[in-house]
Amino acid sequence: MKKNYKIRTEKLNLFYGDVQALVDINMNVEYNRITALIGPSGCGKSTYLRTLNRMNDLIASVKIDGTVYYDDTDIYKDYDVIELRKRIGMVFQKPNPFPMSVYDNVAYGPRVHGIRKKEELDSIVEKSIKAAAVWDEVADRLHQPALGLSGGQQQRLCIARVLAVEPDVILMDEPTSALDPISTAKIEDLLDQLKKKYTIIIVTHNMQQAGRISDYTGFFLNGILIEMGTTKDIFFNPQDKRTEDYISGRFG
Amino acid sequence: MNLDRKKIRKYYEQSIKYLLLVCAGVGAAAVLFITFFIFQSGAPLFGQVSPIEFLFSTHWEPSAEVDPGFGILPFITGSIIVTTLALLIGVPVGIACAIYLAEIAKGRFAEILRRVVEVLAGIPSVVFGLFGMTVICPIVRDVLGGTGYNALSGSIILAIMILPTIISISEISIRTVPHGYKVASFGLGATHWQTITKVLLPAARSGIIAAIILGTGRAIGETMAVYMVAGNTPLMPNFGEWLGLTSSVRTLTMNIITDMSYASGMHRTALFTTSIVLFIFIMTLNVLIQFITRKTKIHEAT
Repeated sequence: MKKNYKIRTEKLNLFYGDVQALVDINMNVEYNRITALIGPSGCGKSTYLRTLNRMNDLIASVKIDGTVYYDDTDIYKDYDVIELRKRIGMVFQKPNPFPMSVYDNVAYGPRVHGIRKKEELDSIVEKSIKAAAVWDEVADRLHQPALGLSGGQQQRLCIARVLAVEPDVILMDEPTSALDPISTAKIEDLLDQLKKKYTIIIVTHNMQQAGRISDYTGFFLNGILIEMGTTKDIFFNPQDKRTEDYISGRFG
Repeated sequence: MNLDRKKIRKYYEQSIKYLLLVCAGVGAAAVLFITFFIFQSGAPLFGQVSPIEFLFSTHWEPSAEVDPGFGILPFITGSIIVTTLALLIGVPVGIACAIYLAEIAKGRFAEILRRVVEVLAGIPSVVFGLFGMTVICPIVRDVLGGTGYNALSGSIILAIMILPTIISISEISIRTVPHGYKVASFGLGATHWQTITKVLLPAARSGIIAAIILGTGRAIGETMAVYMVAGNTPLMPNFGEWLGLTSSVRTLTMNIITDMSYASGMHRTALFTTSIVLFIFIMTLNVLIQFITRKTKIHEAT
């Protein structure tokens, strides 16, 4: 029996102009699990991540072929991109709260999707900030500029901002690489909470992080998905020599 | 021998430093001298005419033998009308154009458009005036009646003249909004237009305000082009008719240039006093810009 995956890609190829950045990527992403994408810089893992919510559409020179299914719907053919990005949220490498208040940052998504009522926004904002484990730190400064928060708080606020539009997949592009170890630990704890409700795909440079938090891991090299499996298998029983070399720190 | 050479080099370095200091000083000195000069030439008027009368009287007959009038309220009003209307026309168009250039136009086409705007900035104001006389005034005359030489024509010409300032500074400030804001907005499912209006424009706000203030300064100070199209009547505009837009108006700058060639005595002094008022307008705008840009820097540093 064919299993239902949250996201599947089939023979996904991506070109920046004449340069091929992704080659025939086939990947299945499971429901409510954390999938980590690892690999050296420039291996295509972030590029791959951005194809899943069509953020690469913003770059004019990008050409994509192959198929990306989200809940068995082809997102490049049968999906409205606005709706798609609402369902598949994204957290970026550098915390990027808008230059607005904490409250307005979180309310931004619901507002652009047409929610106007104050009580409704209030409850979404509170729920989202709580779910992102930053409520205790910002509850008394909801109406102060988000840029006044620390880097770690800003990043959790960005996660709250994504949660506020009620996605069911969250893409994270090295979300802790700009943060200190304590903030990183807080975000990792948070991810463990979030996976009960959300499917999470995280790109990370940090292999220990992938080992700590993910259920599945995919290893990319030169635009190719070399190997994908449970994190345990990838780390302790890799099938491919190149995976083993990378995991054991022989390059990268 | 060696010591001499060292000494010569030292003197050489020193003299270059002082030469540069002098050059840098020329600009600052010019501002000081100009300020001093217009106040020295214009302030004596207040020995005979009170500042209140000068600013708020509508009676301008500076060379009359009996009961001369030194009221410049009509010209202050004229300047305010044409500048305000020029902003009402120029700011929306300029910002729209800046958005288009920064966010929508792509590649070669955008580059050509940008060059054209730069050319617009380089056209001498007398040419704008000629364009106004031959194109704008006749159209205004046909539509609204009268001579066509009025506040509306002046405002339209000024609106065109301030476009390059507003467009280029607004475009730069929209462009320099951190890329992270834009992708965050798209990532939340916002449309391009929502991203522009709710994230990019607010984030670029202080730059856009600076652009508007610089445009205002340009409009208030512009002389030749308005002189050629706005009619130049030294009377209060008739607000009963189209809010004064169809009135032939004289601005502060026009007042100076019109009378300067023949004025003498108190009349001549009053023209310098007019320039003090103009100077204060422009200085206020400059201080405003300093204030706004400094506030932004503090904001960005936190």
